[in-house]
Amino acid sequence: MSQFIDIGALNDIPPRGARLVRAPEGEIAVFRTATDAVFAVDEWLPGKAGPLSNGIQHGQCVTDPMYNWVFDLETGEAQGADEGSLRVWETRIENGRVLLTRDVLGELRASA
Amino acid sequence: MTQKLIIIGAGMASGRALEHLVEQAPNAYDVTLFNAEPRGNYNRIMLSPVLSGDKTFDEIVTHTAEWYEENGVTCRFGEHIVSIDRANKTVTADNGDVLPYDKLMFGTGSNPFIIPLPGHDLEGVIAYRDLEDTNRMVALGDKPGARAVVIGGGLLGLEAAAGLKNRGVDVTVVHIMGHLMERQLDEAAGYLLRKALVDKGITVMCSANSKEIVGEDGHVKALMLDDGTELPCDLLVMAVGIRPNVALAKAADLTTDKGILVNDQMVTSDESIVAVGECVEHAGAIFGLVAPLYDQAKVVAKTLIGEAATFVNKEVATKLKVTGCDLFSAGDFAEGEGREDIVFRDPARGVYKRLVLEGNKLVGAVMYGDTADGNWFFGLIKDGEDISEMRDTLIFGPAFQGGSPVDPMAAVAALPADAEICGCNGVCKGDVVAAIEGGAHTLDAVKATSKAASSCGGCSGLVEQLLSVTLGDEFAMPTKETVCKCTDLSHDEVRKLIVAGEMKSMPQAMQELNWSTPDGCHVCRPALNYYLVCSWPDEYADDGKSRFINERVHANIQKDGTYSVVPRMLGGITTPDELRAIADAADKYDIPTVKVTGGQRIDLLGVKKEDLPAIWYDLGEAGMMSGQAYAKGLRTVKTCVGTDHCRFGTQDSTGLGIKIEEAMWGAWSPHKFKLAVTGCPRNCAEATCKDLGIICVDSGYQILVGGAAGLDLLEAQLLAQVATEEEAIEYSCAFYQLYREGAQYLHRPYKWIKKVGLDWVKEQIVEDAENRKALADRFHFSQKFFQVDPWAERARKGVDSHEFKPLADLTDQRMAAE
Ligand SMILES: Cc1cc2nc3c(=O)[nH]c(=O)nc-3n(C[C@H](O)[C@H](O)[C@H](O)COP(=O)(O)OP(=O)(O)OC[C@H]3O[C@@H](n4cnc5c(N)ncnc54)[C@H](O)[C@@H]3O)c2cc1C
Repeated sequence: MSQFIDIGALNDIPPRGARLVRAPEGEIAVFRTATDAVFAVDEWLPGKAGPLSNGIQHGQCVTDPMYNWVFDLETGEAQGADEGSLRVWETRIENGRVLLTRDVLGELRASA
Repeated sequence: MTQKLIIIGAGMASGRALEHLVEQAPNAYDVTLFNAEPRGNYNRIMLSPVLSGDKTFDEIVTHTAEWYEENGVTCRFGEHIVSIDRANKTVTADNGDVLPYDKLMFGTGSNPFIIPLPGHDLEGVIAYRDLEDTNRMVALGDKPGARAVVIGGGLLGLEAAAGLKNRGVDVTVVHIMGHLMERQLDEAAGYLLRKALVDKGITVMCSANSKEIVGEDGHVKALMLDDGTELPCDLLVMAVGIRPNVALAKAADLTTDKGILVNDQMVTSDESIVAVGECVEHAGAIFGLVAPLYDQAKVVAKTLIGEAATFVNKEVATKLKVTGCDLFSAGDFAEGEGREDIVFRDPARGVYKRLVLEGNKLVGAVMYGDTADGNWFFGLIKDGEDISEMRDTLIFGPAFQGGSPVDPMAAVAALPADAEICGCNGVCKGDVVAAIEGGAHTLDAVKATSKAASSCGGCSGLVEQLLSVTLGDEFAMPTKETVCKCTDLSHDEVRKLIVAGEMKSMPQAMQELNWSTPDGCHVCRPALNYYLVCSWPDEYADDGKSRFINERVHANIQKDGTYSVVPRMLGGITTPDELRAIADAADKYDIPTVKVTGGQRIDLLGVKKEDLPAIWYDLGEAGMMSGQAYAKGLRTVKTCVGTDHCRFGTQDSTGLGIKIEEAMWGAWSPHKFKLAVTGCPRNCAEATCKDLGIICVDSGYQILVGGAAGLDLLEAQLLAQVATEEEAIEYSCAFYQLYREGAQYLHRPYKWIKKVGLDWVKEQIVEDAENRKALADRFHFSQKFFQVDPWAERARKGVDSHEFKPLADLTDQRMAAE
């Protein structure tokens, strides 16, 4: 079985925008940058930031809508003086479709 | 005995392979060359100059009839192979001829992809691939008033559009993505390219979805977009991509995936059969540009004569020439971990360059307008050279190692002499420069001699830049607060330059103003978006992605990710029906908290994001619209009950409050804007701490401005006292507009007044009746575009529906998969 799940078309995510995906591992924010790179990170950093799919996406970062923390979408790390890190989920783009790692389905699936 | 080689397809790749073969082993094979096109190999790339009229077809023929004859190649042009019998090693041509081979070469190229839109098979719908397509477009130029639509804003589509335009055809390019050539260019370079094409007279529509091709009598008549726009045309060119031409190979049971699979020697799954060109797939890669195909051609020739050779798929730089536009893109310019950008912009020359670094290496480059150094950068990318030594000056190219950094003054230097610098006093750049050259070498001297910056002072920064540009080192620039780290300009400078330079889109502003990042950050983007909205209400397309979430989804986000919803109640007046509808909505959507706000409205707190359009729909049914309680814009007009009910009331304060709110709702401003109208000096509506407050008195209306009751506490100051309601409304609208046009983003009126002075505000509004009227007129003009209920658009017309729905719900997938 493929290690990736088709979650929708690239064009379903506006450039410099994000969409939410609900998964057994929690809510996940899937971003598309101005250069059509796609990143998926956790929607929330509990107690600190989120919901990140509501933030402003710029460069390779997103700015948290609540407290203006800036996260690098590739590493999930908070930038600057803030400290915290989001889980990052692997994505791919194939034939205009966005694929998300099966890891988001949780342990059972990942070990199968 | 010489062996028989049959080649299927006389294209650029097989043609080059044939050249190598006859040069290195002229007698090794007896060659028969089939081509579906009724001609031999020509330089397909040069179809663009043929289309634009710069070249004739004869000039782009690679192999003439004589060449084939001299080299003993049997040509069967205009004939195609229909099947292959691998067991017996024969091919069958379309006329039924069966020919034996010892070796077979595929060079079948690609097929243009045709989107299966309704009407795609109409006469007049073509691709752009061969001479026939080119001739169709050329012929259209002979028809007076001819119109064409090109679907696809990639290299090929733009070449087609530029060529058609050269032939006098009226052309529209329809592109599904947000900017042109998104695979090779970033947004900024895409903006410059678009500008160049629009200047040529080509219409460019981005983010446009084609829905249907409309025909008449079997011939194309128009393209219809999904928003209902109809683009009439006599010819429709689809240039949306290519697919390797593998049908024949597949039918012969060769291993194929996206293309015909080959190994490093260009041999297919059948060792007697080789393949070259766009029809192949090598190590997962397929091809669309000739450079790697020529490498393949070398290898396949060696393989055929039994010598060792290995194909390596090298990095390809695209140096693109869309007739008259200078573009270069190489390597990988997507963002990635540990990657950094260096951006250089020269607005005066329309130049944009971006380098992408990873560690100490250059991995990508995008350039527009000046691509002279492209090959040098490409060399650095290919060789993976360590660039740490020259990092600071890298972007200036090889001729410029050790030079000075980017010039932050470029945007001002680029302005024409008649660009307005000081709006208050109508002073243009030429006047300021003349004053400086006439001896005014300080800001104060310029103020005194040219009047520039002598009123509100908002253009002081620009004047200082002009001093610096004109006087050079003689003038010491004072330090200033910039918008953010993406620019060296202050808020005042940015907004003045947007107006003076007539910048009407975000990529344009970032380019012309020399932004140092490709697409800004969360600090500058909302500010730029506001300045553009305010400056060009009728022309600028609001960028929701540059707004904070509340303004993007038209509700206030709460800390748990739910939203609050506040319907508008003009002047704080409501009705039993509205209250019932609010109560019903609160029940239906399980609203945990219903609260009366400080602005005399009702707040429904704890609405799930996905429920927003539905609850808006319900409230809309009862006649309510967005209260914009989330906006940096007009919030509420609080009122007291006034003469209708109150024994102290001097005027109809409720009625006036409603009229003002009717005039002002929907307006965006640098920050939120709150008003109150109170019916007597007892001030029950608390007008004295508002951004604008009106106190009704027996003799008329006192208009107060610049109050604050937040982190700062300030009493509003008297702007004017007027006699009539009409005047009160005109003064209020004029004040709001003056603030909208002048204040820096995120400054409330009191902060702005502190900067420009209340006296100046009075000069503009109270003392200058003509100016007051002009301000109010500009406000009403702008309102024509913003008095649209955003809730209705989302609840009823599906605007921005992606904001409210998750992309996918995988929560039950685990069980389903098990
Ligand atoms: C307008 C235009 C501009 C371009 N500009 C550039 C550029 O600037 N830079 C760049 O690098 N690339 C450019 N390209 C792409 C470049 O032309 C192609 O990469 C190249 O031509 C591919 O070569 P090929 O030999 O694989 O296929 P082709 O040149 O397409 O040749 C394939 C041939 O095989 C024939 N054929 C197919 N099936 C059969 C069959 N069953 N029997 C017999 N014959 C068959 C076809 O009729 C065709 O003539 C451009 C392409 C176009 C159309």
